[in-house]
Amino acid sequence: MSPETLEELRRILGPHGLISSPEEIKTYECDGLTNFRVVPSAVVLPNSAEEVQAVVRICHRERIPFVARGSGTGLSGGALPVKGGIVIGLARMKRIIEVDLPNARIVVEPGVINLEVTGRVAAADFFYAPDPSSQSVCSIGGNVAENSGGAHCLKYGFTTTHVLGLEVVLPDGSLVHMGGKTLDAPGYDLAGVFVGSEGTLGIATKITLRIVKRPECVRTLLAAFNSPTEAGAAVSGIIAAGMLPAAIEMMDNLSIQAAEAAVHANYPNCGGLLLVELDGPVAEVDALMAHVDEICRQHGAWEIRVAQSEAERALVWKGRKAAFAAMGRISPNYIVQDGVIPRTALPLILSEIEQLSIETGLRVANVFHAGDGNLHPLVLYDRRIAGQEKAAERLSERILELCIEKGGSITGEHGVGEEKKHMMSKMFAEPDLQTMQRVRCAFDPLQLSNPTKVFPRPRMCGETPGEYVAHPLEVAGIAERF
Amino acid sequence: MSVAERFGATVVEPADEKETAAILRNANETGQAVIPTGGGTKLDWGNPPRKADMLLSMRRMNRVIEHAWADLTVTVEAGCTIAALQRTLAEHGQRLAVDPLWPERATVGGILATNDSGALRLAFGALRDLIIGVTLVLADGTIAMSGGKVVKNVAGYDLPKLATGSLGTLGVITRAVFRLHPLPRNARTLTIAATDANDMQRIILAILGARLAVTAVQARPGKEIDILLEGTMDGIAAQEAVIKEMGAVREGSPAVWKAREELWGDAPIVKFTCLPSQIASTSTSFSGFVIQATGIGYAPFTGDLRRLREAMEREGGSLMILGKSELDAWGNAGDALPLMRAVKAQFDPKNTLSPGRFVGGI
Repeated sequence: MSPETLEELRRILGPHGLISSPEEIKTYECDGLTNFRVVPSAVVLPNSAEEVQAVVRICHRERIPFVARGSGTGLSGGALPVKGGIVIGLARMKRIIEVDLPNARIVVEPGVINLEVTGRVAAADFFYAPDPSSQSVCSIGGNVAENSGGAHCLKYGFTTTHVLGLEVVLPDGSLVHMGGKTLDAPGYDLAGVFVGSEGTLGIATKITLRIVKRPECVRTLLAAFNSPTEAGAAVSGIIAAGMLPAAIEMMDNLSIQAAEAAVHANYPNCGGLLLVELDGPVAEVDALMAHVDEICRQHGAWEIRVAQSEAERALVWKGRKAAFAAMGRISPNYIVQDGVIPRTALPLILSEIEQLSIETGLRVANVFHAGDGNLHPLVLYDRRIAGQEKAAERLSERILELCIEKGGSITGEHGVGEEKKHMMSKMFAEPDLQTMQRVRCAFDPLQLSNPTKVFPRPRMCGETPGEYVAHPLEVAGIAERF
Repeated sequence: MSVAERFGATVVEPADEKETAAILRNANETGQAVIPTGGGTKLDWGNPPRKADMLLSMRRMNRVIEHAWADLTVTVEAGCTIAALQRTLAEHGQRLAVDPLWPERATVGGILATNDSGALRLAFGALRDLIIGVTLVLADGTIAMSGGKVVKNVAGYDLPKLATGSLGTLGVITRAVFRLHPLPRNARTLTIAATDANDMQRIILAILGARLAVTAVQARPGKEIDILLEGTMDGIAAQEAVIKEMGAVREGSPAVWKAREELWGDAPIVKFTCLPSQIASTSTSFSGFVIQATGIGYAPFTGDLRRLREAMEREGGSLMILGKSELDAWGNAGDALPLMRAVKAQFDPKNTLSPGRFVGGI
C-alpha cells in the first residue's frame, strides 16, 4: 500500500484509528482459526458508517481488498486478512441505537457483543435468541456475517431469523438499506442473502434485530445413556412425539470427561449424555417434561436429573458451552469440526467416525446439537508427533465427506470461510456455485470484499449485460425510477 | 377468461427440471417472455408484465419427492398444491407451518414466489424462515440448487431466501425443501371483542408482551381479536386464564382464520405493513380488514391509494396492491433498488422472466 493511501486513511480515521506498525498489526493476522495467518497491510478502526464508507471508497478506487472483522472469534477463517489488503475492525462501533420494547425490536451497531443485546433488554423480560457458544465475546456484526446459530436455534432459529433490517456499506462505498423495522419491505430479500455471506457482499453498519419475550419457565433435563446411539434414539422418540424442545444437546464420554476437568459441571459419567431444554408456559412445559422423561427411560436412560435452580441450569450449560475449550485438558491440540447430517443418520455416522478413529489411532470427541443434526466432532492430536497434524486434518475432512454423503452440509454454523472453501465443490455442483456467485457479482463486481473466501474459485463478473427497458408506467408518467 | 387468454400467451407444462431448462433456454435465446405459474391464483399480483409470450406452468411437477418425517423435512416439487402437501405430511402428524391463501389451488412455487404466508407467521416465521433448500432454473437454462436438506446449514449464499418473494423474476422455482413442524396436539381459537381501537391496540400488545406462547393473533373489524392457542390441554387452559384477564373472551370459530380469503371481492385488495404498535391507527383507514399481530394487514380499498401509500411509507411501513391497479403495485423499494436491478441483471440479463412485474420495473 502506498504511503499516500496510508496517509489518506490516517486523515479519515485519526491517529488512533489506523494501525500499521508491524507489532500491533500482528494481533489481526488470524481469527479463531489460528492455523491460517496473513498479516494485512493496515488495520482501520472506524467509529461510524461514514468512516467505513470513506475507507471502502478508497479501497474501491485503489482496488485494495478489505476484510471486515468483529471480535475475531470465527472458527473458519472468515476474518483472515487478505495479502496486501486492509482489515476493517468494527469493535469501536458498539452503540445500541434504539430499543423498542412494544414492538420487540432493537437497533445496534455491528461491534455490539451478542450477550450485551440480551443484557440491555433482560430487565423487561426480553432476550436475543441466537446464542453461539462464544456469545460473551462475539459481535453482532460477526454473527450477521456468519449467520451464527447456537444451542437454542432448534426452536428459535438462526441469526437470519432475527435480523429484520440492515444498513450496509457496499463494496463500492455506497450505503444501502435492506429490510427494516416492518416486515416484507418491497423488493428482493437482500437482507436474507446478506446474512451468512461471510463478509463477501459488504459491511453491515447498523442492524435491526428482533428480540423475544422470555418464556414463563425454562426446564433443563440431563439424561445419562450407555451410548450416543441410545441417546440418539431417545431424540428420535422426542421428535416423533411431536415436541419441539428449545434445545437438545448431546455429548459423548470423551467430551464429558473434558468438560468435567474444565468446569466441574457434575455430569454423570456415561457413554452418551443428553441435555433437553423445554420452555414456555409452566403448565405446558410440565406436561411435556413428564413425557420427555418417559421417552428417555424407554430408551435406556439410567439417570435423569432436572436442574432445580437457575444456578444448576447455568452450570449444566457452562459444561456444554465450555466443551470445545475443555479439549485442551485432555489433548495438546485439537480440531473443531462443524458438519450437519439429517438427524436420523446419527447412529450411522457415529459408528463410521469410530471406525475412522480406530484406523487412524486419533481420538475423536463428539458434541452435537442433536435436535438439528449439527455435529461438532473434535479431532484430538499432538502436533509434536510427526505427521499427526496432517492425519488429524485428513480425518476431520473425511468426516465432512461423510456428512455430504448423507445429504448433510459441511457447515451448520461456523461458516465456510478460508477453511472449507475447497469442500464447497464436493457439496455443490459447479452450476450451483456459479449461480451463487452471480449474487456476488451484483454486490461486488470487483471482488474486493473479503475475496478468496467461501468459493473455491472466483467467477469473472465482467460487464453486466441487459439493456435498459422503460417500464410502461414510467412511459405513462405514473411511476418513476429513483 | 382463462389466464392464458388474458395474457395472450401459450401455456407450456414441462414434466421435469430438464424440460423446464430446455424450454427456458430456448425462450431466452428467441426473446420470448416467460411467466412462471402454479395454480394461477395470484397471477394478477405485481405489475402487469411488459410482455408475456409463454405461461410456464408447474402443474405437472407436483410430486412430494421425500417426506423425511423423522428429520422433520420435506422435498417437494413446485407444482404441488399446499393442501395436497399438507395431506401427505399429516400422515405422519406433521405440517408445513404456514397458512397461505386458497391452499386447495395455491402451489408451493406460487406461495414462495409471492411470499404469501398467513397468521401462523407469528409463531413459526414466514416462508423465508421455513424454506431450507431450493432448486431454480434460470433463464439461460442453468439448473441451480442452493441450501440443502438439513435445517441447519450455512454453506454458500442463502438463495432460498432470495427466491422467496421474487415473483418469478430471477428463476423458476422447481423444487423446495422445507423444515416441518408437528401438528398441534390440540388447538383452540378465542375471540376478544375490544371496546374501541385503543383497547384493541392495548390487548394486542398485552398478548405479545405476556409470557405466553400464542400461535396466531389477528384483528378484524368490530374490534375483534382472534387468538390461536395450540399445545397440551393444560398449557392451553393456563394461557386462556391469562388472556381472560385482558378482555371479554369468547370461544372463537376456527373459520375466523379464513377471514383473509373472504376479503377478496370487487374492490382491489391491499397488503400493508406497519409495526405492531401501529395496528390500531392503521386500521382506521379501512372498513374491512384482517391485520395480523406481526403488523401485516390485508384490506379491500377503493379510496386514494397514492395518498394511503404515502401515509404508510411515512410511518415506516409499505403498501402493496394485490391485483389490477393504475398505480404501481409495490411502492418505494428504497435505496437498494439499484442493487436489486444488478441482481436481476446477473440472473436474467435479457429480461426473459416475468419482465416488469416486480419493483422498479424489474
